[in-house]
Amino acid sequence: MATTNRPDAPDRETLLRMFEIQQKIKTADERFRSMLTSGQVQLIYYSPRGQECISAGYAVHLRPDDYVVTIYRGLHDHIAKGVPMRELWAEFLGRGTGTCKGKGGPMHVTHPASGLMVTTGIVGAGIPIANGFGLAAQLSGTDQVTVVNFGDGAANIGAFHEGLNMAAVWKLPVVFVCQNNLYGEHTPMAMSTGVEYISERAASYGMPGVTVNGNDPVAMWKVAGEAVARARSGEGPTLIEARTYRFWGHLMGDAMEYMPKEERKAAMAADPLPAFRAWLIENGHANESQLAEIEDRIKALVDDAVDFATNSPEPPMDELYTDVYEEIIK
Amino acid sequence: MTTTEPRIMPMGMAINEAMDVAMGLDEKVFLLGEDIAEPSGGVYKITKGLSTKYGTQRVRKTPISEAAIIGAAVGAAIAGYKPVAEIMIMDFIGVCLDQITNHAAKIRYMSGGQTTVPMVIRTSAGAGRGFGAQHSELLEAFAVHSPGMKVAIPSNPADAKGLLISSIFDADPVLFVEPMLMYWDPAYAGEVPAGDHRVPLGKANTVVEGKDVSIVSYGRQVHTCKQAAEALAAEGISAEVIDLRSIVPYDEAAVMASVTKTKRAVVVHEAVTRCGFGAELSSRIHEELFGTLAAPVQRVGGKNIPIPYASNLEKAFLPQVDDVVAAVKRTNK
Repeated sequence: MATTNRPDAPDRETLLRMFEIQQKIKTADERFRSMLTSGQVQLIYYSPRGQECISAGYAVHLRPDDYVVTIYRGLHDHIAKGVPMRELWAEFLGRGTGTCKGKGGPMHVTHPASGLMVTTGIVGAGIPIANGFGLAAQLSGTDQVTVVNFGDGAANIGAFHEGLNMAAVWKLPVVFVCQNNLYGEHTPMAMSTGVEYISERAASYGMPGVTVNGNDPVAMWKVAGEAVARARSGEGPTLIEARTYRFWGHLMGDAMEYMPKEERKAAMAADPLPAFRAWLIENGHANESQLAEIEDRIKALVDDAVDFATNSPEPPMDELYTDVYEEIIK
Repeated sequence: MTTTEPRIMPMGMAINEAMDVAMGLDEKVFLLGEDIAEPSGGVYKITKGLSTKYGTQRVRKTPISEAAIIGAAVGAAIAGYKPVAEIMIMDFIGVCLDQITNHAAKIRYMSGGQTTVPMVIRTSAGAGRGFGAQHSELLEAFAVHSPGMKVAIPSNPADAKGLLISSIFDADPVLFVEPMLMYWDPAYAGEVPAGDHRVPLGKANTVVEGKDVSIVSYGRQVHTCKQAAEALAAEGISAEVIDLRSIVPYDEAAVMASVTKTKRAVVVHEAVTRCGFGAELSSRIHEELFGTLAAPVQRVGGKNIPIPYASNLEKAFLPQVDDVVAAVKRTNK
C-alpha cells in the first residue's frame, strides 16, 4: 500500500472497521494454524490469510440483512459478515455449541442471523444459489444485496457461466466476488484459464466486470461500494475480480511445492495488513495506541472463543438423525 | 357452485391445477423452468395459462441452465420462498445433480437446521415414446440415495394433484417425478377433486386387495401391476397391488402388513433393476420378514441397459404385464 494519503479513502470510522475485521481474521487464522501445527486440534483447514482485505472491503458496505455466500476457504468471509467468534470456533472444532451444532464444520458454516447464508465445499456451486437469494430480494421488493465469493478456479466451472448469465438476464442484485489468489487448488491460473483477467468474462454475460488489487483496502472498498450500490439500486450484478495471494497454499499441511518459493516469499513480505496498519498511522487515521488497543481487544475475543470452543461438548448423539428432514425419517 | 359431474381430467391438467391452487394459496410459491411461460406454457403444456394468470415474475422462463435453475430455487427457498423448479426431462438432472444432492438435500443438516430448502423439482420421465437413451430414463434412485431429499411419483391424476400440493407445502425438498406418458393420454385420465386436495407423502394406497401375493409399485407401473393382477385373478391367484405414491418417505408399515398377510412379494418399477428402489425394498422385506416369506422377493424393473430407440427394443426394456405375472409365479414355485 502506498504511503501517501488517498483522497479516495473512506472516512476514519470505516477505515478502522476494515482494519478491525482484517485483524480479527488474521488473529483467528494464526490461532487455528498454531493449534493445528502443535497438534492441539485436528481439522480440515483452508487458511484465508493474505485475502482478508477483500472481505473487509465489501463487508463494510453490507447491512446485517444482506446475504453472503462463500466457500470452504471462508473464514475471512464468515468473520467479515459478523458470525460470532465463539460459535464460529465451536463449529470449526465440531462442537455442539457451534453455529450449525457441529454438523456442518468449517466448509459449511451458516449463520442466518448474521446474513451468512451458505458456505459450500463445492467449487462454483454458491453462484447459482446466490442468484436465488437475489431473486428472493427482487421478488419481495426489498433492496437486500447478495455477495457471493469464490475463487479463480470457480471461473472455469459450469455453474459460474450459468449463474452469471442468469443474474445478468434477470438483473439480480448480486455482487460476484472472485477472490483470485492465482491458484485453483494446486494449479496456477495461467494453466487453467484462457483469459488474463477473469473480469473480462463479465462482458460476455452483459454485466460490468472490474479487476481490482484485492490487497489494497481502499481500492477494494471503492470497487465493492460501487457494485453494492449498483445492486441495491436495482441496476443488476457486477463481477469483481479481486487479485490476491493465499499465504498457506490450498489446504493447511499442503507442501506448496507447486508455488514458487520466491513468489510466496515476496507475497508474504508484501503482507497487506501490516502495510494497511502503517498507512493508517502515517496518514493520521489512527495512532499506535488506538490500533494496539484494537489488537488487544481482538486477541481477548479470540482467546475467549478458543476457550469457549475447546470447553464445549461435542454434539449430543441424539442430533444424529435430526435436521435431515423436518421430521425424522430413517 | 355445486355439481354432480365428476371432474375427469388427464394427469397433465391435474398437475397444472395443483400449481394453480398452490399459487393461489400462497404468494411465496413461484415457478421457474425452461419454456414454462406463455405462449407455449411448457413443452408439455403443463404450465399452460399460469403465467397469464400469475405473471411472468412468478412463472419464470429460464435460460437452458439446469444448475442455475436449481441453484436459484435453493437460494430462494432458503430465503423463504416455495419455488417449484421444472427440469424438463429427468435425464437432464445430471446437469444439476450437484445442486440437488450437495445443496438442496444437505443444507438443512449442514446448517444444523438453521436453513431449510422447501422446494419442489418437477420433472417428466419415462420410456415408451421413442426418445432414445437420454430422454426416457427414471432416475429416482439417486435422490433416494441422498438423505434430505424426498421423492414422490404419482400413478393417477388425483394423486398427482394431491401429492404435488403436499410437496409444494412440504418443509423439505421434494423430487416430483411425472410419468410423461400419462400427461395427456385419456386412458390414464381420472377423477380429480376440486380445490386444495392433498395427498400426504408416505401414505401408500392399496389399489387392488388380494391375499396370495403383494405387488408393490409406484408411478405408471402401477397400471402394469393392475393388469397383471387381473391376469393372475383369471388363473386363481389373488394379488394385492400397493401404490407407494412416494418412496421417500415410503409407507413401510403398509408394505410389511401386506407381505405379512400374503407371504410373497414382487416389487416393480420402470427404472433399471440394478440398484433401483426395488433393490432397497426387497432388502427391507427380507430383513423384516425373512422367516415369514414363502419365497424370495422378486424384482421386476427396466433392463440394465441404456434405453434403446427402436420400438421393439424399447418395449423389451420396459417391464411388461407378462414380466410381473412371471415374477409372481416365481414366488409360487
